[in-house]
Amino acid sequence: MAIESAAPSVAPEPEQLPDARGHFGPYGGMFVAETLMGPLAELRDAYARFVHDPDFQAEFDADLADYVGRPSPLYFAERWSREVGGARIFLKREDLNHTGAHKINNTIGQALLAKRMGKTRIIAETGAGQHGVASATVAARLGLECVVYMGAEDIERQKQNVYRMRLLGAEVVSVTSGSQTLKDALNEAMRDWVTNVDDTFYIIGTVAGPHPYPAMVRDFQAVIGRETRRQFLEREGRLPDALVACVGGGSNAIGLFHPFLGDSDVAFYGVEAAGDGLDTGRHAAPLCAGRPGVLHGNRTYLMEDGDGQIIGTHSISAGLDYPGVGPEHAWLKDTGRANYVAVDDTRALAAFHALTRAEGIIPALESSHALAYAEELAPRLGTDKALVINLSGRGDKDMHTVATHEGLEL
Amino acid sequence: MSRIEGRFAALRAAGRKALIPFVTAGDPDPAATVPLLHALVEAGADLLELGVPFSDPMADGPVIQRASERALAHHVTLHGVLDMVAAFREQDPDTPVILMGYLNPIEAFGYAEFARAAAAAGVDGILTVDAPPEEAAVLADELGAHGLDPIFLLAPTSDAARIARICELARGFVYYVSFKGVTGASGFDLDAIATRLAEIRAATSLPLGVGFGISDAERAAAVARIADAVIVGSALVRQIEAHPGDPAAARAAMTGLLSEMRAAIDAVPAAAVAEA
Repeated sequence: MAIESAAPSVAPEPEQLPDARGHFGPYGGMFVAETLMGPLAELRDAYARFVHDPDFQAEFDADLADYVGRPSPLYFAERWSREVGGARIFLKREDLNHTGAHKINNTIGQALLAKRMGKTRIIAETGAGQHGVASATVAARLGLECVVYMGAEDIERQKQNVYRMRLLGAEVVSVTSGSQTLKDALNEAMRDWVTNVDDTFYIIGTVAGPHPYPAMVRDFQAVIGRETRRQFLEREGRLPDALVACVGGGSNAIGLFHPFLGDSDVAFYGVEAAGDGLDTGRHAAPLCAGRPGVLHGNRTYLMEDGDGQIIGTHSISAGLDYPGVGPEHAWLKDTGRANYVAVDDTRALAAFHALTRAEGIIPALESSHALAYAEELAPRLGTDKALVINLSGRGDKDMHTVATHEGLEL
Repeated sequence: MSRIEGRFAALRAAGRKALIPFVTAGDPDPAATVPLLHALVEAGADLLELGVPFSDPMADGPVIQRASERALAHHVTLHGVLDMVAAFREQDPDTPVILMGYLNPIEAFGYAEFARAAAAAGVDGILTVDAPPEEAAVLADELGAHGLDPIFLLAPTSDAARIARICELARGFVYYVSFKGVTGASGFDLDAIATRLAEIRAATSLPLGVGFGISDAERAAAVARIADAVIVGSALVRQIEAHPGDPAAARAAMTGLLSEMRAAIDAVPAAAVAEA
């Protein structure tokens, strides 16, 4: 096996949150209709059992190594660091994973769990299509039926990913309710789940939703931070000074941050999408400009109006275009352990081009938000410091969006 | 004794079963709701369930989702819904009104402030779909402090421990969700419901209502044989869609359906009622 670690790969440390009922301080929880409480308890118990099962661990580790291609490299972006000036910048290359983003770490874990629970059908929600593709991929490999819910508007914007999912054998269902985007796809997947709970496993793509999803998805994604910690230590003999990751629902950021929670000298920066600008109202930055509320099974920061209705979001990056955020991020914000900032479309696009030209790496527009913030952070930290950015995905899927933005037709 | 308890006690004494229609407040427009509520009472409603529109009604099927969207297009707020209840109360001091909706509008309002305002408006019970007992303790306390009944759901997936716990917290009545699914869907199995209701009755003396999937008079009568209350939503709301731009015609169709259900429920032989 390629990963020879004595410690289990996904087991949470005992002192970690959430509590038994899924709370991170006032956030998280299980805010769902009664029909789902039983199935969520079943999932929680199954997860608690398998997370400590050596066979499950071994299968998960082997899949991450041989199928996903882990460990992903930690790359020193030397030329780009020089251009930016200040701290040295390292990239955690989740873009090199199979299917092109960090999403597959989680879908592998949840699909293995689904199989052990005897479920024969997988459902998922998707915005940009990355989680849908990662779900369709594992479903194909395990021979499970797969239905992906996707907003009608997103289907129009992400035709290529829709085709990929169909090639993989998934049924893509167009969601025409509400704003016809990611949040509505999540509503629709929940409705499917409540109807088909007996044979269906719902693979949520981010660290949101009702307990145990935020903790479970975090644990599956924490491989990112564990590798980063080990790789950086091996290379530099110390820990990095700062970690930077984009935050939509927040799974790639939690995955990177979590294994460093106890390292108080390592600063965390979560970068939300400021869209057209926080002052325009057209953004997707609930931590920076929202307030706490309840949506999709958990209490967290939300984009909502004064009457508690969820409002529309905007970001050039479909993967960040979500009105909520994982409850653990809400807790890390309130406790001050992590810093949350926002980067607008324009700056994200500029960073997209900068990295592409300086390093020959085309980043996803989501990850470009983290890159853009690092351009501001690195000079401030100074040359004796080092930071790690989670390059959560590659930009192939964004060619059309970027070209259109620049007035080109592909 | 709360208005809901009083109503169920009176019905029980008369050997009758409750009929509870659900409509979304502000659907198809805010002016339609108060006259509609009066018309539903006229047509045989014993209690009223008024849906609070929400942008993300996760537990609802397409019919109720669209009702929410129509109401939100008119910017109907929780404050606005309470105003509607207050207006209804001016002419109907007796019929219990239960608000049914999702937690976030109440979070935005503030629990204590909401409980005070809802009680002042004449609301009797609150059913918050996405606040199971694990998450509802604080809200339930606030509601109780203002004399409002917290109504809870039970489902086919609720085990014995949950049934016991929920029945302990619940006031007014218990709402049994007839099948695994969303509002307005199919999947109705009368025998399975009867089995579950018997289990729930062993845990509580509260009246038991059954909702989800009750689409016509025949089914309403069948449920009335085994439950204390028949709750009907999507079948009524569908009439609003069937009569776009004509609230009066929609109202006539809704009251027509409700009257049929009333007659069918009341025709259930007294023997069956006594048995249940």
